[in-house]
Amino acid sequence: MTTLQDGRSSRPHGPDVRPTSGRRPGAPAARLRQIGWHALIIGTLALLLYPVVWLLATSIKPTDEILSSLSLLPSRLAPENYTAALDGIAGIGVWQFFGNSMIVAVGSVIGNLVSCALAAYAFARLRFRLRGPLFAFTLLTIMLPYHVVLIPQYTIFQKLDLVGTFVPLILPKLLATDAFFVFLMVQFIRGLPRELDDAAEIDGCGPVLTFRYVILPLLKPALVTTAIFTFIWTWNDFFSQLVYLNDPESYTVPLALRLFIDQTSESAFGPMFAMSVLSIVPVMLFFLAFQRYLVEGIATSGLKG
Amino acid sequence: MTTGTLHRPPPRPATPGDGATPARPRNRRNQPGIAYLFLSPWVCGALLLTVGPMLASLYLSFTDYDLFTSPEWVGLENYKRLFTDDARFLASAKVTAAYVLISVPLKLAAALTVALLLNRNRRGQGFYRSAFYAPSLLGTGVAIALVWRAMFTDSGVVDSATGVFGWDTGGWINEPDYALYVLIILAIWQFGAPMVIFLAGLKQIPTELYDAAAVDGSGRWRTFRSVTLPMLSPIILFNLVLETIHAFQAFTPAFIVSGGRGGPSNSTLFYTLYLYERGFSQFRMGYASAMAWLLLLVIAIITAVFFGTSRRWVFYSGEDR
Repeated sequence: MTTLQDGRSSRPHGPDVRPTSGRRPGAPAARLRQIGWHALIIGTLALLLYPVVWLLATSIKPTDEILSSLSLLPSRLAPENYTAALDGIAGIGVWQFFGNSMIVAVGSVIGNLVSCALAAYAFARLRFRLRGPLFAFTLLTIMLPYHVVLIPQYTIFQKLDLVGTFVPLILPKLLATDAFFVFLMVQFIRGLPRELDDAAEIDGCGPVLTFRYVILPLLKPALVTTAIFTFIWTWNDFFSQLVYLNDPESYTVPLALRLFIDQTSESAFGPMFAMSVLSIVPVMLFFLAFQRYLVEGIATSGLKG
Repeated sequence: MTTGTLHRPPPRPATPGDGATPARPRNRRNQPGIAYLFLSPWVCGALLLTVGPMLASLYLSFTDYDLFTSPEWVGLENYKRLFTDDARFLASAKVTAAYVLISVPLKLAAALTVALLLNRNRRGQGFYRSAFYAPSLLGTGVAIALVWRAMFTDSGVVDSATGVFGWDTGGWINEPDYALYVLIILAIWQFGAPMVIFLAGLKQIPTELYDAAAVDGSGRWRTFRSVTLPMLSPIILFNLVLETIHAFQAFTPAFIVSGGRGGPSNSTLFYTLYLYERGFSQFRMGYASAMAWLLLLVIAIITAVFFGTSRRWVFYSGEDR
């Protein structure tokens, strides 16, 4: 029976778990199938990643070739796109935009790490009467569209004279409004053995010390996942920055990129794509460095992309 | 307060056999005071930035409010106006519905197809999985939306490519009939995130089930219908809910591709785009609040329908049916 099974192809929809004993190394049919599989996937990937390659190629093309030319290779290299991009736009240097984006992103990361970890510990380990309802409320807010709270929030920040500063973008993170990450950390803490807490308690630790010396060190993988996702999402975020930042001096990278659209002349295309490339560099670096955390993080918690 | 707790000696010495008695020292974790100390940032956020603003925007939705003068009660006027006297609103609702109805199923179908394809124990699987995921990270940003805008413009890459086959589109983003598809393609392009979740779900399916199906002589399609799909249905529900909610709130691609106006002829006027226009270009904040609450209502109803019908089509293993 085994041989019969093995004679057939690998099961199409299940994991490939053919018993090793039955596998003849280099059986031509299996090898061919394997090559076909790789070819299919690489072909799909090439199609999928074409726009990214197009962006990279376009950013070094002379302006007159940008739109129409199907060829990815430029007739000559045009580094002037990057010099123009680095000069900035509207009289403001590009580093200013990157600095602003960095402040917002790093502030959001710190805010999420601190506030979500504290809240998650309380939800996962401490007992208090409203724990059930409050946690259910947290889960519900994951589905809440931002727009329902946006206008009153804007009014509050307007009254406090904080519109145009980074406060409205960072403060919500310091107050654990990113329910996704509270949920992620609660799930993680629930997976840690309770005996550790009990041992700490017997050693005389109250909740504060238990959190500091037992939970926090073990929570590190969840903290890393949270930090990476918060950084990338904040870096890419456009809507709330568009709403709250109104002075070009305080513009972040996405808002600066948008300034290029308003310039209708085609000569702005080269610098625009050069700056687009620069804008995705941090995301790409995070992706390359932490891709395992990212992929595992979303596989286990179902975070959005 | 904390230090006081610190210096208190352990309640009692740990003696062998102690673990059996139920009187373990749990009392300190029962102090609600400490719990709320940990929760204090969360409580502030929940009250000041979530519950409070939600109620406030519900109130504002019944008012005329321009941010600078105090809100003026108008009853149901905003809601009535939306449905009877605002062609742009109806257009935005239609565009958004079309976007959700087309992009979400196609995105999930792409995610599931590639997940099934990747689900082999072969070399390179981890690398491929990451590579397919990359667009999900990049695609939400402005940079990629700019790429889409340029690729689908008049005599852009796509136009030139279809022109080879004699189909001169004049640029999809300039054609009311095609412009929405530019955004739908961009949404589908980001199928990596649900794909990773599907892949994790596929790995959870016990191999015995596939063995049993093979013994019974079940073919590929039958195995997929009778083993993979039911076992994966909780994940499908999860992805469906998540992607639907996100699709309703999509903003950046439409804003960038249409230059913030939702054109041509309102064909890319997403709901959120119109909400932004009303609220933050025209400062009709009462009106925008009414739109926000309608959006919440629609999302809540659709989510409820998904979960409500899930007993019929979602299979939870270990549960008698």
